[in-house]
Amino acid sequence: MTNDQWHIDMSLVIGQFSYVISIPSPPSLNMLKRKDLLGIQDISREEILDILDTAESFQEVSKRPIKKVPTLRGKTIINLFFEASTRTRTSFEIAGKRLSADVVNISSSTSSVSKGETLIDTARTLDAMAADCVVIRHSASGAPHTLSKLTKASIINGGDGAHEHPTQALLDACTIRQRKGRLNDLKVAIVGDVAHSRVARSNVHLLTKFGTHVWLCSAPTLMPPGIEKIVCDHGEFLHVTRSMDEALEQADVVMMLRVQFERMNESFFPSIREYFRYYGLTRARAERAKSDVIIMHPGPMNRGVEIATDVADGPYSVILDQVSAGVAVRMAILFLLLGG
Amino acid sequence: MDLLVKNGRVIDPARKIDAVTDIVIRDGKIQLIGAATVPGIPVFEATGLVVAPGFFDIHVHLREPGTEEAETIASGGSAAAAGGFTAVAAMPNTKPPNDNPSITHYILSEARRSSPARVFPIGAITKEQKGETLAEIGEMFEAGIVAISDDGKPVMDSRLFRRALEYALMFDMPVIQHCEDLYLSNGGVMHEGVYSTRLGLKGIPSAAEETMVSRDLILAEMTGSKYHAAHLSTRQAVAMVREAKARRLRVTAEVTPHHFTLTDAAVAGYDTNAKMNPPLRSADDVAAVVEGISDGTIDVIASDHAPHHINLKMLEFDSAPFGITGVETAVGLALTKLQLSMTRLIELFSINPQKIMKVAPWGLFEGSNGDLTVLDLNRNWTFDVNQSRSRSRNSPFHGWSMKGKAVGTIVGGKVVYQDRA
Repeated sequence: MTNDQWHIDMSLVIGQFSYVISIPSPPSLNMLKRKDLLGIQDISREEILDILDTAESFQEVSKRPIKKVPTLRGKTIINLFFEASTRTRTSFEIAGKRLSADVVNISSSTSSVSKGETLIDTARTLDAMAADCVVIRHSASGAPHTLSKLTKASIINGGDGAHEHPTQALLDACTIRQRKGRLNDLKVAIVGDVAHSRVARSNVHLLTKFGTHVWLCSAPTLMPPGIEKIVCDHGEFLHVTRSMDEALEQADVVMMLRVQFERMNESFFPSIREYFRYYGLTRARAERAKSDVIIMHPGPMNRGVEIATDVADGPYSVILDQVSAGVAVRMAILFLLLGG
Repeated sequence: MDLLVKNGRVIDPARKIDAVTDIVIRDGKIQLIGAATVPGIPVFEATGLVVAPGFFDIHVHLREPGTEEAETIASGGSAAAAGGFTAVAAMPNTKPPNDNPSITHYILSEARRSSPARVFPIGAITKEQKGETLAEIGEMFEAGIVAISDDGKPVMDSRLFRRALEYALMFDMPVIQHCEDLYLSNGGVMHEGVYSTRLGLKGIPSAAEETMVSRDLILAEMTGSKYHAAHLSTRQAVAMVREAKARRLRVTAEVTPHHFTLTDAAVAGYDTNAKMNPPLRSADDVAAVVEGISDGTIDVIASDHAPHHINLKMLEFDSAPFGITGVETAVGLALTKLQLSMTRLIELFSINPQKIMKVAPWGLFEGSNGDLTVLDLNRNWTFDVNQSRSRSRNSPFHGWSMKGKAVGTIVGGKVVYQDRA
């Protein structure tokens, strides 16, 4: 984006509304030099910081009486959701609309054999309609990668199978940084259904890049093989344990994962009762963590399965902060991918 | 058909031949091996080339009848010939499967009509490959099958598999197993390990193959039957076969070129041409497969040629079918990636396949079929999948540079494929 275009946009808005727009000033902007956001694994610390810095400046927009800036006026964003989602889809929709983009939601249930054809043909169709960005959520790992090879539109991964959920990790990082003042040198415990969790994988990639110690904790049946080696460059920051007490000991952040019953076609643990006994977050367990611990959950929660209600709703919980950060982070990503 | 193959380096390890000489083929049969001047018959100039007994790929899927959009007996046979194979053994997982003599007859008659390479059908072990009751193995044997296998649907029922091994003794046919414990693989789409975890794809543990190999070897010992393990892919599976051979079991084993050239790292990027079953394994498994080839544990290199239409391979990784094409790249990959003597290479591609499937006459002797594979060991070439004779394009080896190529395929004295530089 050039400065000239920027000022034209600004003046229009100033004519339209009676207050001064203050979103990040153009010279400081570092647009993402990539077409897509497919995962955290292959993006740099600098790109992550650009997204987080931009997100913080966008948080202010959501606090205004008129929560809208004209930045992406004329851009078309399509939310292509092949899996049920409330918060991610709504969050992307609100983010796009607050940036004045046109947002179209497509929900599609995946039908057995024809779903791939549907995906590819749908992608080409959307491209032919000149969509600028497609946010895709799909139960198949790699579906966004398949799309990105076929479309001119920017692809944002809104969660693919058990692979990655990059915008969730970014909003988690945004929340952690605001609460803890940094992303390095922390102890973060990620507890629960690691095997089926794309949130865990994206968070592991992100937090280890910044030099924070991540402790993954779950029953051996829910710990995928080789998990301790999934980080390429900063493996020394990743730890794996089956003891929740060890994971929580002096933790700065506790991130609980949802038990993904819908992805389980075999027996991973005997009962919810027994699962909660070993891996449920209770107030007593939470006391092993630091006194200023924050407790996170990507949602939707299974209360009484992985987290006790008094903890979820208690003073250390930042679960709703995560949701708020989600809108700002997604505004930042859309802006940095499409704004240039 | 008559043919004079002139001045090639003629090698047949089974008959201890390795000499630069000529071969005369009359009426499709070898008439003479030795310096010859025969006026009036066509000449195949083989100076500087290796002339070997016909190569035999004992693990291919020709898709006919039933899935002709992916491959036919004609196109698959033509691709095999272009890869240097004078013969292939066709797996029974057609639609309907080859589980009765009428399908066997159909495959053989269609092959005679349209395939440049000879086709030897493999019959199903169980009706409809369902793993419930034995198929008409004897009637299929009389119709012309050379082995039995339920192919990609391994016989999970141990008692039934024991019966199959016993019953096959009546015909002295090998029982071929795709070794996979379906309970352990349970919907997996790639090798279980760091890559599957990183990519978020469901893994197929090595143990799925190894537990099945282990069970089968015990049953093979118990019954004394001929057992052939298809496409081994893991270190432990190779080790168990090595140990079984040391105990003199009638056990043989094959590996595919993709299992000695690629690892599960090839799946990164979700390339569906890196999806096959058994899956691409770890670098350590690849090393073990190569060791097995070198030390004789592995008897055969077979391609597991598995054509699939692009409509299916362009699906998401989870939904795309398993398998890649392979008949045109198998010999080139073996020559390029394995440091093997010519003797060992010819054993793997010709002598051992023939011994296992007992097809005859085979080899370089007077009266044998005039089936020859001619190799140029110095030919540098690049595989272009768009030039493939297969109807399908699902190869991970597109654009690979190789050194060494089959440049002539002769079946019954007829040159069915040649590639002159």
